[in-house]
Amino acid sequence: MSPTATKSPNPVPIKERMKVPRQAMREQDPLLRAHNFKEVNLGYSEELARREAQRCLECAKPTCITTCPVSVKVKDFVELIVAGDYMGAAAKIREDNVLPAITGRVCPQEDHCEGGCLMGKKVQPLGIGYLERFAADYEQRHMDLSQIRRAERTGKKVAIVGSGPSGLTAAGDLVQKGHQVRVFEALHELGGVLVYGIPEFRLPKQIIREQIDYMRAMGVEFETNVVVGKTVTIDELMLEEGYDAVFIGTGAGAPQFMGIPGEHLNGVYSANEFLTRINLMHAYEFPAYDEPMLDFRGKPVAVIGGGNTALDAIRSALRLGAGKAYVLYRRSEAEMPARIEEVKHAKQEGIEFHMLTAPVEFLSDGKGWLNAARCIRMQLGEPDASGRRRPVPIEGSEFELPLSIAVIAIGTNANPLIQTTTPGLATNKRNYIEADVETQRTSKKGVFAGGDIVTGSATVILAMGAGRRAAKSIHEYLTTGSW
Amino acid sequence: MFKILHAEFIAPGIKRFVIEAPRIARKQKPGQFVILRIYEEGERIPITIEKSDPERGTINIVVQSVGKTTHLLNALETSDHIRDVVGPLGKPSEIEKVGTAVVMGGGVGTAMAYPTAAALKRAGNRVISIIGARSKDLVILEREMREVSDELLVTTDDGTYADKGFVTDKLRQLIDSDTRIDLVLAVGPIPMMRAVADMTRKENIRTIVSLNPIMIDGTGMCGGCRVLIDGKSQFACVDGPEFDASRIDFAVLVQRNAMYRAAEQKSMEDFERERDSLLAKVHSEEEAECALQGGGK
Repeated sequence: MSPTATKSPNPVPIKERMKVPRQAMREQDPLLRAHNFKEVNLGYSEELARREAQRCLECAKPTCITTCPVSVKVKDFVELIVAGDYMGAAAKIREDNVLPAITGRVCPQEDHCEGGCLMGKKVQPLGIGYLERFAADYEQRHMDLSQIRRAERTGKKVAIVGSGPSGLTAAGDLVQKGHQVRVFEALHELGGVLVYGIPEFRLPKQIIREQIDYMRAMGVEFETNVVVGKTVTIDELMLEEGYDAVFIGTGAGAPQFMGIPGEHLNGVYSANEFLTRINLMHAYEFPAYDEPMLDFRGKPVAVIGGGNTALDAIRSALRLGAGKAYVLYRRSEAEMPARIEEVKHAKQEGIEFHMLTAPVEFLSDGKGWLNAARCIRMQLGEPDASGRRRPVPIEGSEFELPLSIAVIAIGTNANPLIQTTTPGLATNKRNYIEADVETQRTSKKGVFAGGDIVTGSATVILAMGAGRRAAKSIHEYLTTGSW
Repeated sequence: MFKILHAEFIAPGIKRFVIEAPRIARKQKPGQFVILRIYEEGERIPITIEKSDPERGTINIVVQSVGKTTHLLNALETSDHIRDVVGPLGKPSEIEKVGTAVVMGGGVGTAMAYPTAAALKRAGNRVISIIGARSKDLVILEREMREVSDELLVTTDDGTYADKGFVTDKLRQLIDSDTRIDLVLAVGPIPMMRAVADMTRKENIRTIVSLNPIMIDGTGMCGGCRVLIDGKSQFACVDGPEFDASRIDFAVLVQRNAMYRAAEQKSMEDFERERDSLLAKVHSEEEAECALQGGGK
């Protein structure tokens, strides 16, 4: 069965490859998984992975690579999987991506590598995300952390603020250049949004821990419970603690509310709070964990929003026992920013999608608890600044939806903790940090920024791309000294 | 892990901890708080910092046993460890010279009022402090408050010590006796702060209270601690914890603080049953962590 690794390891003739269907990933049965927090996707076997990898057309100009924000050498790693060299495949991914087990799970591949896959024009694109996940998981099961080589020290110190995807990426790249890297995290657990934002059923905490252990083995230092801007300032890090450069990757991090009446009612959550309780604090395991959660069993629950966060929240609510689980989104399904696979999974699990619908008021039961939302129907008008068609309320279409719990997942604002405590750090009018799109340099010498705190809410992989660019230009700055 | 250098009960159910936390000690200002988590399965709770010693690298907190987490915390002793302590969080108290300031502490709130009273005194204000508790043995920090106050008034609800009555009765007397009051700072149970707000609103006296709603991250990320100020949401963790009392919707504060009452009661019942095994769990986590860091207790 095992193909021999020769010059051209793929036994399937090019012409036949498009005829092989995309290999489905094994997943937990929807009826079962709607009641547990275990991972939905179960991964490829070696055989499935090789069969899927053999579909690759080996394009001369692979657009799967140019569409990847961190330029993972997709063609090369897929070829290594075809050859059965799974550790080699993982190492190849790691040349460009220090968090392969994570991106293999949460990247919106349809917008990047798989969106660029030539096969996708005719049939289903190559399952690049699934293959990446396979290689990363294989590596995790077989690697020996003690074998990781550490780069020769340059003597330069870099502080990374935030242990989310941009910070971890920057840290991983910089430590490989030999710089002393220390990551400061405000929370008690490492991983940033990967830990507090993304639920176990999509990204198990163990995976994040393993990726971080790998970075520790590479020499990255971590310090939790440090809120930069409060516990220590950027200036203090540079002037008193001797850091030669700082990368700010704190994420957007402040929840947006809708500004409609009744948002203070008990039972109305921001997605950040709801997901933090579940993911970071394990409230779904109460009373084994101390953090409490409301009783969701049999109750009608809605999330407001159409992104991955919204789906993470409503699928968590379902797993807590919600009787009804609605997605209320003011545009139509075509405009939903969520990953295609998440929408599919959510529908399989029985989530009800109410498109072109938005709440205008949360109504109380008279005792301070949410009991319904007054909603309005929308229609799509002209495109707005985002290029998506603008939702316009339909007059007279208001209706009441009985609800016990509502989760608001309409996006985030910039958390101002660092901006307000760092003199000389320029921000834009929405209070995000100004950073050069190529070099991630801020207005302050030696300080770089990237990820959601620069762009506003985006994706894990875009944040990682920014971390990567920052690491490159931090290394240049540390080597040349020129700003 | 954060080492408890000293722990002692200062009243029944009220314990003071001196915790090794050099980063926090260096930055702490009056009015700020920490969030702590005792062990891996623990929740995060906010606790106001009583004072800090930047040279020694320590902070003091005063904790009253109320729910599971505070009961467990108060079961810890000198040289035990707390898994996570983060801070200093929140905006510091605004300390300026206003003339006469009345600082009010109700129950364990006295420990939170104390650093601000001291700072107001240092800023050149005349400080009249009013502290009170349910009964004699729960009056705390009387000596400390006396040291930083020009005048100290003490009440107990049951009259077992000093004057019988509430701290608000003393405030009423000050107002009725035409004492000039430029600022009131009140920290204590919500009903007390609300009563103070009602009283001083009518008199047009600027009044600051320190709120303690349910919090998780404490950095403005989750919005769980939102309070209605002039009808608009603000976050107690980053916009507070101190707010102008006349603008606070206390009814919403009370309602939101009751959100998890059922779960809190269950936790407390579990705690009473499992106290010893929980403490053992905390200690074994401690040992594992200390071993990992290559240091002893």
